Amino acid sequence: MSTFQIDFSTVQKRRIIGIDLGTTNSLAAFMDLTGPEIIPGADGSRMVPSIVSLADDGTFVVGEAARRLLIDAPQRTVYSVKRLMGRGREDVAEELRLFPFRIAEGSEQVIRLALGERLFTPPEISAQILKELKRRAEQYLGEEITQAVITVPAYFNDAQRQATRDAGRIAGLEVLRLVNEPTAASLAYGLDKRKEGIVAVYDLGGGTFDISILRLHEGIFEVLATNGDTHLGGDDIDNRLLAIALEDMASEWGEDLSHNGEAVQTVRQAVIRAKEELSFQPATVIDIDYRGRRYQRELKRELFENLIRDIVDRTLGPCRQAMRDAGLEPEQIDEVVLVGGSTRIPMVRRAVEALFKAKPHSELNPDEVVALGAAVQAAILSGDVQDKLLLDVTPLSLGIETMGGVVSKLIHRNSTIPASATEVFTTSVDGQRNVLIHVVQGERELAKDCRSLARFDLKDIEPMPAGMARIEVRFLIDANGILNVTARDLRSGKEQSIEVKPSYGLTEEQVEAMIRESYEKAEEDLIERQVREARVEADNILAAVEKARMSDAWLDLTDEERAAVDAALNELQVVYHASDHHLIRAAIEKLDAATRRLAENMMNTAVRQALKGTRIE
Amino acid sequence: MAHLHDCWHCGAKDAASLFCRYCNTIQAPTPDYFEFFDMPRRLAVNAEDLKGRFYTLSRLLHPDRYTRRSEQERRFSLEASSILNDAYRVLKDPIQRAEYVLRQEGFTVGDQRNKDVPPELLEEVFELNMALDELRGGDLEVLPQLEVMRRDFLEMLAAIDRELEAMFARHDAAPPESRKQVLGEIRSALNRRRYISNLVQEVDKQLTARNA
Ligand SMILES: Nc1ncnc2c1ncn2[C@@H]1O[C@H](COP(=O)(O)OP(=O)(O)OP(=O)(O)O)[C@@H](O)[C@H]1O
Ligand SMILES: [Mg+2]
Ligand SMILES: [Zn+2]
Repeated sequence: MSTFQIDFSTVQKRRIIGIDLGTTNSLAAFMDLTGPEIIPGADGSRMVPSIVSLADDGTFVVGEAARRLLIDAPQRTVYSVKRLMGRGREDVAEELRLFPFRIAEGSEQVIRLALGERLFTPPEISAQILKELKRRAEQYLGEEITQAVITVPAYFNDAQRQATRDAGRIAGLEVLRLVNEPTAASLAYGLDKRKEGIVAVYDLGGGTFDISILRLHEGIFEVLATNGDTHLGGDDIDNRLLAIALEDMASEWGEDLSHNGEAVQTVRQAVIRAKEELSFQPATVIDIDYRGRRYQRELKRELFENLIRDIVDRTLGPCRQAMRDAGLEPEQIDEVVLVGGSTRIPMVRRAVEALFKAKPHSELNPDEVVALGAAVQAAILSGDVQDKLLLDVTPLSLGIETMGGVVSKLIHRNSTIPASATEVFTTSVDGQRNVLIHVVQGERELAKDCRSLARFDLKDIEPMPAGMARIEVRFLIDANGILNVTARDLRSGKEQSIEVKPSYGLTEEQVEAMIRESYEKAEEDLIERQVREARVEADNILAAVEKARMSDAWLDLTDEERAAVDAALNELQVVYHASDHHLIRAAIEKLDAATRRLAENMMNTAVRQALKGTRIE
Repeated sequence: MAHLHDCWHCGAKDAASLFCRYCNTIQAPTPDYFEFFDMPRRLAVNAEDLKGRFYTLSRLLHPDRYTRRSEQERRFSLEASSILNDAYRVLKDPIQRAEYVLRQEGFTVGDQRNKDVPPELLEEVFELNMALDELRGGDLEVLPQLEVMRRDFLEMLAAIDRELEAMFARHDAAPPESRKQVLGEIRSALNRRRYISNLVQEVDKQLTARNA
């Protein structure tokens, strides 16, 4: 075994950014010389609200600008799309009652959201958020960004992870690694915190809840167990308050507003404000101004806590299970770290403290710590950070359906990834050409109670008597937590062909079509931008020349020079409305050349004037 | 112990196990767990030593270290880390470790799905099933009895674990030709152990169903 490695890889060094693609807020970060830093937008903002709206002209509005559109254009605006990633219509039936989204027919395997007239899948919507982050990063760092680490909830299943990776690809980002959010947070904390010991990370965000328990040892961050609920977060609290407020308003105003998108969004924003205020003060007022009508209701923290107690309690079961799986008692946990905006709620902090019998840490901004950790992981991948390593686990057991619908587990939950299992399959009928393998994820004993992941069809098996074929199938969960399957015919030693039919999510062809489309769109966008920029430049020079013609400098030119300027001026005005920026730029250059003497004259005049002490203009 | 093969990258003869000794390039990994860890094929394993090797190898093999390497190296890294993790999971657990060695030596392990009751347990199993039946029928009076039985079974498991430890030592000290016989004994102990641990699980399931 060798003990050193020579790094030959630094030849091509592209920067990798870290992205926290959140339910409510998304952020990008990069590794600066002194440590990870959030990438701000041009306006200095650090978070991009995960809101996407389709404008009338077919372009997307993303982030803060789209927040207003939740109310003004609720039919074309989506929030919390992360909750729909990798899911089918049935999975989200419950919450769709309060989400204003319109879901199209045929959304069993992939949800299709109607925005205005057009349909989009969740990865396409998420891709718009990623594009916005990419754009910010490119502007801030002044270089093209094509590679990223993206975080996902630790408890995300295979389909949800694939959907996230698809979103990255559609946005033009090569996703070098999906990192679990609590693990990423521990990386950011581990930078300046203790180097050894057991750490629990409790992450309650907008849409998802995760608990991870890690052992830190000499720069290795080893996840011992993880658990969670991908449908539990601040959104559930908002929905609870929203339903109550709508009901209350209905009885006060005698009008049910729950099907009015604009009203629902107005009320939603008001209850979120109230909820967030209650983290810092004992009482607040839900204050709603809707089309001239006013609704006001005082909300005390005590009542609020009674309303959300069961939601907070739902986080405790997964915490206990994770401790059991890690073989640890609360006393053995050295530190507890809080991540996610919803951990600002005092009741949540009390519950965590009581459970782990330790005061939780929250020194780092709970909104930013995941993105910072993603940037650290990006630096690990690029080789810039060498003394740290993440060893993560798969959150769910992986199994195959056997006779009678019973699941045979191949890879157990909380196995360190990459992890693998090998099974040999055969045929049960003479001459059988195909074997179908149904792969599921989950802890239940029957396949129907687990999450169907995909069906793998072993095809073109050599016809032979039943039970003679021997096909070895290797199931491998990679470092992203995504399943890869390969198969080999043991008799011939040849690779066995497999057709994958994912139960949820997009097929490879669909993703590729989306990438192409967005690429073409990007090309269109680019061309349009170049034309627009060329016209702005043309405007400037046209205005300048116009002004120069009024000056004495113009009179100093020869007749020929004046004619040349007029010709060039005329040409630029003619091509100004062309849609080819090359034409416009060529005309600009010509005009620029023709006006060189004029410009010089103007300069001289300006200098003379300046020397005389009088100011021009 | 690791045996050497030619390096796929620089071609050096007999130069490579997990890495090439000349060019340091990662190689196609061995699927043998003991060889992978460069440890002798023994049933007794020092947990601390194993953990140290696991961390060291993780640092060298993990896919995070190969993001910007060639496709072939990335594939070997993925393959090697998955074997590393699988091997560590198996070798750190005495039961799984013993089953692994048994399988390698051609024994079949754990496929008789606890149908046949080990004769020495007939009486206990009969009593247990009666008690469980009564519990399912709603009779809570059997709860204390079940608790006692559960404790007895846990004690049996502890006793078997002590036996196993002794057998492991015997196996490791035995000359190769007489190891098979010890392995046979180990297999019987493991079967008994699995049977009892299934009983405990069944009791636990009934008890938690009751408490919930
Ligand atoms: N002061 C506060 N009190 C209560 N809740 C808050 C407060 N500040 C933010 N939140 C809630 O935190 C949630 C957003 O947290 P965060 O930005 O960590 O989530 P996210 O990363 O977008 O979601 P996820 O990690 O689940 O995908 C929202 O539900 C928001 O209302
Ligand atoms: Mg988050
Ligand atoms: Zn070599």
